[in-house]
Amino acid sequence: MSLLTVIGLLPLISALLIAAIPSKSTGLIKRATFIATSLIAIISISLATGFDKTSTGMQYVQSNPWISSFNINYAVGIDGISLVLILLSTILVPIVVLATWPEADGGRWGAKVFYILILILETMMIGVFAATDLFLFYVFFEAMLIPVYFLIGGFGSGNKSAAAMKFLLYSLFGGLLMLASIIGVYVIAGNQIGATFDLAKLATLQIDNKTENLLFLGFFIAFAIKAPLWPFHTWLPDAAKAASPGTSVLLLGVLDKVGTYGMIRFCIELFPDASKTFTPLIITLAVISIIYGAFMAIGQRDIKGLIAFTSISHFGFITMGIFAMTTQGMSGANLYMVNHGFSTAALFLIAGWMMMRRGSSVIADFGGLQRVTPIMAWTFFIAGMSSLALPGLSSFVSEFLVLVGTYTRYPVAAVIGTLGIVLAALYILIPIQKTLHGPIIDGNEKLTDLSLREKIAIAPVILVIVVMGFYPKPVLDLINPTAEKVVTKAGFTDPAAKVGK
Amino acid sequence: MTTSSNLLWLIALPLFSSAILILSGKRANSWGHVLATIVSASSFTIGVVEFFAMHGRSDANRAVTQKIFTWISVGSLNVDASLMLDQLSICFVLLITGVGTLIHVYSISYMSHDHDRRRFFAYLNFFIASMLLLVLGDSYLNLYVGWEGVGLASYLLIGFWNQKPAYATAAKKAFIANRIGDVGLSIAIMIAFATFGDVSFAGIKEHADEASSTQLTAIGLMLLLAACGKSAQFPLQSWLGDAMAGPTPVSALIHAATMVTAGVYLITRSNFIFDEAPIAQLMVLVVGGITLLFGAVIGMAKDDIKKALAASTMSQIGYMILATGLGPIGYAFAIMHLLTHGFFKASMFLGAGSVMHGMKDEVNMRKFGGIGKFMPFTALTFGLGYLAIIGVPPFSGFYSKDKIIETAFNAGGIKGIALGMATLLGAVITAFYMTRVVILTFFGNERWGHKDEPAESPALMLIPIGLLSIGSIAAGFIFSKGDGLVNWLQPVVNPLKEHHAEEFLPPIIVSLMTLVAVMIGLTVAILKYRGDQVAQAPEKVSVLVSAARRDLFQDEFNEAVFMRPGQSLIKILLNLDYILIDGLVRSVAATSLSAGVRLRTLQTGYVRSYALMMVIGALALVTTIWVVTA
Repeated sequence: MSLLTVIGLLPLISALLIAAIPSKSTGLIKRATFIATSLIAIISISLATGFDKTSTGMQYVQSNPWISSFNINYAVGIDGISLVLILLSTILVPIVVLATWPEADGGRWGAKVFYILILILETMMIGVFAATDLFLFYVFFEAMLIPVYFLIGGFGSGNKSAAAMKFLLYSLFGGLLMLASIIGVYVIAGNQIGATFDLAKLATLQIDNKTENLLFLGFFIAFAIKAPLWPFHTWLPDAAKAASPGTSVLLLGVLDKVGTYGMIRFCIELFPDASKTFTPLIITLAVISIIYGAFMAIGQRDIKGLIAFTSISHFGFITMGIFAMTTQGMSGANLYMVNHGFSTAALFLIAGWMMMRRGSSVIADFGGLQRVTPIMAWTFFIAGMSSLALPGLSSFVSEFLVLVGTYTRYPVAAVIGTLGIVLAALYILIPIQKTLHGPIIDGNEKLTDLSLREKIAIAPVILVIVVMGFYPKPVLDLINPTAEKVVTKAGFTDPAAKVGK
Repeated sequence: MTTSSNLLWLIALPLFSSAILILSGKRANSWGHVLATIVSASSFTIGVVEFFAMHGRSDANRAVTQKIFTWISVGSLNVDASLMLDQLSICFVLLITGVGTLIHVYSISYMSHDHDRRRFFAYLNFFIASMLLLVLGDSYLNLYVGWEGVGLASYLLIGFWNQKPAYATAAKKAFIANRIGDVGLSIAIMIAFATFGDVSFAGIKEHADEASSTQLTAIGLMLLLAACGKSAQFPLQSWLGDAMAGPTPVSALIHAATMVTAGVYLITRSNFIFDEAPIAQLMVLVVGGITLLFGAVIGMAKDDIKKALAASTMSQIGYMILATGLGPIGYAFAIMHLLTHGFFKASMFLGAGSVMHGMKDEVNMRKFGGIGKFMPFTALTFGLGYLAIIGVPPFSGFYSKDKIIETAFNAGGIKGIALGMATLLGAVITAFYMTRVVILTFFGNERWGHKDEPAESPALMLIPIGLLSIGSIAAGFIFSKGDGLVNWLQPVVNPLKEHHAEEFLPPIIVSLMTLVAVMIGLTVAILKYRGDQVAQAPEKVSVLVSAARRDLFQDEFNEAVFMRPGQSLIKILLNLDYILIDGLVRSVAATSLSAGVRLRTLQTGYVRSYALMMVIGALALVTTIWVVTA
């Protein structure tokens, strides 16, 4: 059994153990979940230390027949791109677990169910990034919806049932389009090389242009909904507003990355020609997302809606980087996925603590927090600076790589994208002024600063944001070879510098 | 190139100190300011050691580098975290750490009653570290980190008293104006990478003459945009006046002596781009010329002493920017004026702070008057700075400004005359508004409306001012003696392209014209303000004065052209998103279920929705199979 499978199964096993604890022992459930997920995070880091950075092939591979009549296998393996996303997931989960102790009690079913759902979700997140069998990927892709649906519907607030349903319907719709394409690919494979869902083999298929375009769109729309890309985004703000902060972290920080990850792994690797055909359209949508998301973020009055729309802007950057088809764009986009995961986690968790203390998510209800709760204010400020990609923090590196990588091929798109830099300053600094600065608004005088548990939860996130800003090399070293391979296999080479070198 | 392991310490010391002060919280209240000041002085000491070491080496071997680690490496893009100290950056290192340390000392006393003093010193140290990174980075990307770092420090310090909403807004405004400039820097870096495959100064310099003029012009214009944001140049100047919301030592250090001059550094550092891009260079001249007059005009009408000085800073940086547009010799004069300005303007800001200290934080000059006899040392040092800025020989501003005016005339043709006249006119106005500041503050009748006599500030504040005044007196003479600074900077600003332009007028004539200009401005101001003044600003004033009081409508312009249309756009988008995009989704879902099922399905009709999805899915499946098998 591959180490990958072991790590994928550990959260599920932990969930079974947690299930054995009586529901009333919420303290024990919380501690046990935190310890279990922390151990899983530590073990998962050994995936990186044992990873051969020079190889671009899949590692930690394992393949067992599952449904032999359709040649469906339990096949897993990871390369640089999927490895960093798995690490993002396994590292964020214990942080979310530690950060959400009060929020877990607040739901419909209590802490036990909350943490069991999160553990199940963790297994699926690892599975979705590890799957090298198309059908297996699809199963994880769809199955993930179930725990998230219950997390939003059971532990959210406000219009949670409607939001959960909207999320589910959107995702199911995209999933069905993708299923159609999957079956299409399967049928074509059956005609050419024998029925298979093996990704590596599917990538060698010769498909005529028209068919390839349709199959591509089936995948792409599913991923564009998941990511989400404009104009498929309207489910996200509703879901983020309704979900509890911990759920939002996993939803925006990890699950949405399945969309952008899927664009690389499936859209580009399986359909390179169609990717080329649709690139102008996709780059356009990406640029619209960057600007549109940013403008919408500026107009938000709700702190959760704000973070959701900033993410739509950031996903625009990621998509633009991917389809720029340069090594800088591709590596930058992949690094962006990781960095955005941490910076969104910081924003949502701290915003969650602020909202819990104030009993409101309306930005205007805060004010003067810097002088009431300085530590909470500082952490929120750093998270905000990371979101506006301040140089020296992690997001800057990835945003710069995406922009410079896009510019060499699509200068106009990159230049319009830089407008996002100014808008980011607006959508971060306006709420920072309203929440942290100014006179202390009535009702905020007695808010308490971060507890020790909250400090321990947020410290590693801040640390990653700062360290990765100055020293992104370890992560880039993991990503670069795979990113280069994807670009090369899609038939692109980086545009050469015009002079010099 | 020689390597040195000292460069990192220059930056690391203040950076660590800043982090310690922030993380220690209130525990550091008793010693935070001491640590910060010692650290700043240590950086200055390292700077001095490096300067003498550099001075001892031959011209060709003066620059030193230090590679710290590989920062970003993807494909053909390789950026090291790497520092370079050369003849240009050492000037800045000494200015930043020297003036910086004096201002640390001053602030110990100035901020002693503020219970957040520790946080203030943390920000100051952070600023020193960022500014040093800005001038030491060996590539545009390293510079960018320092560039935004000083922007952040500026934001934090302008908003140091951000419990006042107006101050918080001023901080935000500065950050956003700077960010618009940063877009320019980002785009310049992107074009540079696409053109040269490199973002380091050395790499681009080597191949600059091979690039097309379009690319170089584009890079140059984008760098100019960046410079406009950071250096408060037209059209991104509007934030600087509001930035005076920050504590006065900050205004002296960041918004007068160092950070706002970063644009001048950027253009001078990029001389290899601008020398090959005449259109960009022309735009530099235009921006500098407009701003030097723009700032001067505003300066004439301001009653707030800090805002008058801020307008003056804008104008003086306009001189520097204009000088950088004048080619190889202009860079050296721009840097010379930058250094002398750093001394005299910092000393005047600290002097203003000293006055405010004595006047219960009053900043309105209409409510000053006759302060000179109560605060003689402040008045004397302010006077020295005044003589320097208006350009009276032999004070420092005379040497540096006179050279710029002379070089402007020598640019030749109509351009030369236009630039020369603009700089001369600027000199007239400068003499006017500075004389006005001095008279209203230190001379004339006492208008402060209370009986408490202002007392001279404590020694801890006066000593730094005194030391800066030495610079106001002597710096210009020292720098220009034997063309010392020009020769020192030659290896950086391209000596090969050094050309001796036809002299439009003999230097002595230009100097005389400048002196006449100064005398005119000075005399008019004395005539206008010699009598007793009232504590209120006159209400019936000319159109020009009322426009200047409102900063020549810069805020009204930005609000009408950018802010309000932007807000309207956001409102429209918010509605469109719900009505159009989300509405489309809702209506597709609703109409698909039109058989008696309404929109509420999305909220309640789970089973039907699933059924719908299955139908859509089945259709999609059939279609796909048909397509792939057809």
